[in-house]
Amino acid sequence: METSRYLLSILVDNEPGVLSRIAGLFSGRGFNIDSLSVATTDDPVVSRITMATTCDAQTIEQIKKQLHKLINVITVTDLTEKKYVERQLALVKIHANPEKRAEILRIVDIFRCRVVDVGHAHYTIEISGDSGKHEAFLSLVKPMGIVEIASTGAIALAREMGK
Amino acid sequence: MKLTGAQILVKMIKAQGVDTIFGYPGGATIEIHDEIVRHDDLRHILVRHEQGAVHAADAYSRAHQTTGVALVTSGPGATNTVTGLASAHADSIPMVVFCGQVPTGLIGNDAFQEVDIVGITRPCTKHNYLVKDPDKLAATIQEAFFIARSGRPGPVLVDLPKDIIQAQIEFTMPEEPNLRSYKPNYKPNKKQIHKVVEMIKAARRPVVFAGGGVILSRSSEQVTRLAKMAQIPVTTSLMGLGAFPGTDSLWLGMLGMHGTFRANMSIGHSDLIIAVGVRFDDRVTGKISKFAPHADIIQIDIDPTSIHKNIEVQCPIVGDCKTTLEHILALMEKQDAKDLAVDRDVWLAQIDQWKQTMPLKYEQKTDVIKPQFVVEKLWEITRGQAIITTEVGQNQMWAAQYYHFDRPNHFITSGGLGVMGFGLPAAIGAKAACPDRLVVDVAGDGSIQMNIQELMTAVENCLDVKIVILNNRFLGMVRQWQELFYNKAYACTNMDKAPDFVKLAEAYGATGYRCTDPACVEETLKKGLDTPGTVIMDFVVEREESVYPMVPAGGAITDMLLV
Repeated sequence: METSRYLLSILVDNEPGVLSRIAGLFSGRGFNIDSLSVATTDDPVVSRITMATTCDAQTIEQIKKQLHKLINVITVTDLTEKKYVERQLALVKIHANPEKRAEILRIVDIFRCRVVDVGHAHYTIEISGDSGKHEAFLSLVKPMGIVEIASTGAIALAREMGK
Repeated sequence: MKLTGAQILVKMIKAQGVDTIFGYPGGATIEIHDEIVRHDDLRHILVRHEQGAVHAADAYSRAHQTTGVALVTSGPGATNTVTGLASAHADSIPMVVFCGQVPTGLIGNDAFQEVDIVGITRPCTKHNYLVKDPDKLAATIQEAFFIARSGRPGPVLVDLPKDIIQAQIEFTMPEEPNLRSYKPNYKPNKKQIHKVVEMIKAARRPVVFAGGGVILSRSSEQVTRLAKMAQIPVTTSLMGLGAFPGTDSLWLGMLGMHGTFRANMSIGHSDLIIAVGVRFDDRVTGKISKFAPHADIIQIDIDPTSIHKNIEVQCPIVGDCKTTLEHILALMEKQDAKDLAVDRDVWLAQIDQWKQTMPLKYEQKTDVIKPQFVVEKLWEITRGQAIITTEVGQNQMWAAQYYHFDRPNHFITSGGLGVMGFGLPAAIGAKAACPDRLVVDVAGDGSIQMNIQELMTAVENCLDVKIVILNNRFLGMVRQWQELFYNKAYACTNMDKAPDFVKLAEAYGATGYRCTDPACVEETLKKGLDTPGTVIMDFVVEREESVYPMVPAGGAITDMLLV
């Protein structure tokens, strides 16, 4: 079966245990979670979960239905069926020897990242964008030596059309 | 008005129309039990093991068509409900289980008899709650019942910390639950209804396949009307037995692994399957790619996840079975009757031929009792009027095959999870729900021992259940698989060391009869059913009898082993 990446935006009751219901649903039914990002919305009793998963078309249909069946899930939106804006934030700490610094700064500039911490031998760089941008950036800086990475999951919102 | 948490709990349970609770007390529920016994209109049946309480509540729910209630203590009391919850979850049975919990201040501290039962039961309940705020107690209880019985029903667990139960709480009756995140859809899409009727008109070899959803939505009458109006033969899943009269000429028998030859062949040759309240379990479909290869499928189910889960369907309808069928019937009534049953005589003649060539069969000789004979005689003697509960395994399949259920809610079995030890507590629950009805547990010698302690519950509460043990001194269904697929290597299935069930019955204050002679089967059954009180009838049967037909696991359902 052909698999693709899906991005789901899920509004849930902001209650203890809700995340565990969702995580349990995925592990119990053998679905994958590529990334997950959760925070409250402007309405304090509602949280938004943005979830990326890779699966086939039949599985994503089941995932959406099963999510919707959970009592605490308010809406499930499949962003991949729409136009959407996606962002993911990462902090990347890389080796920055004096002879590599200029090269690193050029890449930072091209990707419109920011250097947020400088050490004697390291730069920590903040990058925000969709997953494609992250992959491209990381492939370029990898040869210089990545020390460590902290990355959020993807967050996304549907674009408002025709307004 | 200030009430204690325990008083609120009892008040809210009674407000739901509940009159019977199956329970077992412990340190965390003393206040609740103390409150329950003050209410003459609320009966507490003290079981002997918490698993029994949950199965009894499950069967009570089915026999009474209401929401069953069980009450247990924290820790082991709560963990003992897991099997019963998982069974009710698999069978979509509305039930609320209340369990005690350590005081909120101790939660998370590994206190005595503390367990995270909400975490443990998350995947085997429809929903569950831990009540932490005394002001939310009443509303949570009401919500629990609402969720248990609405939409696709299921079990809900409510975890009640001791300090919440002891708290003095200002009580006002909560309003009807209105959950923005939970709004089951009962009404079908109108366009799809038209499509259904067109598909019925176009079909030449249609079959109705009804499941537990028909029983739950009380739509067996509608299924029967639809079948009669368009002359469509009917099969059911195990959970659907009784959804259509088992003695009707359009009845095909059960479908699936141990379905009848004609039911399985009908599905294999059908050009239209009207699936109502079923989820296409693997025991029904066999090999998916060979299931109903020539048929378009209409699937009616209240739970969208049941649709397209295992089987691709051409006409999905999300809605309540009863409402949907009523819409379909209304439209069918406007059609010319003969358009709804085109060429049906050809199809029914084919089915009749399958029935004649390969009926359900066994041969009762004079030396040793055949288990099928016992069930068939039981059906004859009770004129099909008894509520039958079963254990799991061969006893369950023979009960399904040879007791011809004419009405819904008369066959109570652990269908999805397949719980051995279900039948006896279920019989107790059914008897508590329907005290005027004859309730018979068709059991095996293996599974009856799994919750045998509930004999005491039956005797103590004068819940007179009749237990028919088909005693082959084997774990028969596993033995059958070993015989057929594992070279007759009967590893760990020989149970020839068993208690004397007659003496065992007597030890519990019940009555026991044993029967070893085929000539005495009828007499023993009559005697056992006529004897007041709880009775065990121990039928010593053919040791290596197998259930046929049988579709080997993973095979096409039309490829049956027949003898």
